[in-house]
Amino acid sequence: MKIVTANRLIDGEVVWLGAGNAWVGQVSEALVLDGKDDVAAALAAGLASAERREVVDVYEVDVTEEDGKLVPVRLREKIRAKGPTTHPELGKQAQASQA
Amino acid sequence: MYRYDEFDQGFVTQRTEQFKDQVRRRLSGELSEEEFKPLRLMNGLYLQLHAYMLRVAIPYGTLNSRQMQKLAHIARTYDRGYGHFTTRQNIQFNWPSLADTPKILEELAEVEMHAIQTSGNCIRNVTADHFAGAAADEIADPRPYAEILRQWSSLHPEFSFLPRKFKIAITGAPHDRAAVQVHDIGLQLTRNEAGETGFVVFVGGGLGRTPMIGRKVRDFLPEEDLLAYSEAILRVYNLYGRRDNKYKARIKILVHETGLEELKADIEAEFAKIRYGVLRLPDEEVRRIEAYFAPPPLEVLPETDGAFEARKAADAAFAQFVAHNLNPHRVPGHVSVTISMKPIGGIPGDATDVQMDEIAAIAKAYGHDEIRISHEQNVILPHVKLADVPAIFDRLVAGGMAEGNSGLITDIIACPGMDYCALATARSIPVAQRISERFGGADRQAEIGELKIKISGCINACGHHHVGHIGILGLEKKGEEFYQITLGGSANENSSIGEIIGRGFSSEEVVDAIETLVDTYLGLRSSKEETFLDAYRRVGDDPFKEALYGTG
Repeated sequence: MKIVTANRLIDGEVVWLGAGNAWVGQVSEALVLDGKDDVAAALAAGLASAERREVVDVYEVDVTEEDGKLVPVRLREKIRAKGPTTHPELGKQAQASQA
Repeated sequence: MYRYDEFDQGFVTQRTEQFKDQVRRRLSGELSEEEFKPLRLMNGLYLQLHAYMLRVAIPYGTLNSRQMQKLAHIARTYDRGYGHFTTRQNIQFNWPSLADTPKILEELAEVEMHAIQTSGNCIRNVTADHFAGAAADEIADPRPYAEILRQWSSLHPEFSFLPRKFKIAITGAPHDRAAVQVHDIGLQLTRNEAGETGFVVFVGGGLGRTPMIGRKVRDFLPEEDLLAYSEAILRVYNLYGRRDNKYKARIKILVHETGLEELKADIEAEFAKIRYGVLRLPDEEVRRIEAYFAPPPLEVLPETDGAFEARKAADAAFAQFVAHNLNPHRVPGHVSVTISMKPIGGIPGDATDVQMDEIAAIAKAYGHDEIRISHEQNVILPHVKLADVPAIFDRLVAGGMAEGNSGLITDIIACPGMDYCALATARSIPVAQRISERFGGADRQAEIGELKIKISGCINACGHHHVGHIGILGLEKKGEEFYQITLGGSANENSSIGEIIGRGFSSEEVVDAIETLVDTYLGLRSSKEETFLDAYRRVGDDPFKEALYGTG
């Protein structure tokens, strides 16, 4: 399983490609891709968005499901999805706890 | 301290305007990311894991309270209320937006600060001894020379596209606190038999994936030749440094592959050509720059102070602070105070906006408005009356900055690691925090004595792990964090690169491994005066290996 991620150009915020090729701010809302064709299409949509100056650094990320939640496989991507482990009050994890 | 003249001010303002226009063109689509990235990097703006990161230069680590207040203001207004002091005596903000960056640079320019050459393949911020101009053991203040090097290297047209980045450090004392031997160029101020000032010159030191100690190329370089000789080194490097492989592009590799004697001959040949040209430093110019760094008028005072001694006797935390965080000053009755940015269990080098404002206020009230950032990620008040130390300590306690741990096991250097950095392979900060908690008891730290632990979250070694008495390198192995330990590194006048002790440890195991090493040291040291490094150099690897792996 894969998802596509990037950073928003204007402020560097981490985003993932969601339904309808819209960028979303929480990994739980990312569009899950199975199969090469889906990944290629999502990457193409992401790169087109980068061309429109919405995001930079578009790439794919491996994910798994844990307890019904989408979780990136690599630690680096886990940290991007949550925020610094040393600052639980900052990053996505803070937004998630307020939600 | 140095004040901008009209050229400096014009140059910084112009660069700020240029960057503002570059951001505008990026956002409007005139510039692609590929075109914009090198431009933003030249202005210290990186894209990290969660956001952009802005690295602001603090030339030779020196700033005044107005500048510190500005950094606090930026942290509060454009960031998330804190900044991070780095091993190049700079500060990094972890959350600025691209849209705000031109405004931040404008605000910095108002207080004679900028982010120029804090990234990219150019000559970076020149670093210096953080006790410069104050230390009792100093031959001369290294900062006037650092400033001269800054002026020469800022936007130097010939050296703006070097094979790789280039770092210069300078120390004014025989006891090297600026790690000069692990820099591309290291300068150690010295005097010859005639009493003239000059430099011992080291070339080709560096950390990263191929750590090397700099090689001495000059025992005495006369003051007037500083720029011509530096230019000669840079020219030889610019010409022969490898551009085919970025991992082999630093001057240390050139020294290693070419051989010291041949390279020295090349440098001397180039130097001979330009020695008597425009780069020869006129004495009056050096003295003019020196005048900017004239020390504040300090009254000679008694070596001891009654109230200070009484507080020391009555307050263990104060006594601990005095024992470790004061450095001898050249003027009797004064000291340099290290403000620890390493609270027990805290994040090495982080300071909140409130703390920055408080440091500025303390510097103004008691420290002649002078502040330094050390490459060990602490803050220094260089000129303080001994009698004022109790009052300063009280304010530091209130601000959470009073840990008396300078040079001790909890005074850890750590890079941002995978919590922020796009290059990292493992986290650094949480390991530092756990070590700090494990050894944080005042008695335990004091018992262990001087022990420098340095942690990097990847092989690029921003956390200087190679020169830690105990170095920790975070790597990724099969998707898990994994920490390699080196022993015996040092970055002072007797620099050495640490040796890998054996197989690495998981995140769960690594703090226990450090404790095993520390306990082994405590068990074998010849006396309390024998530091960890001295003991290691005396006994070698074997007892530590045996304790960790039971190989014997």
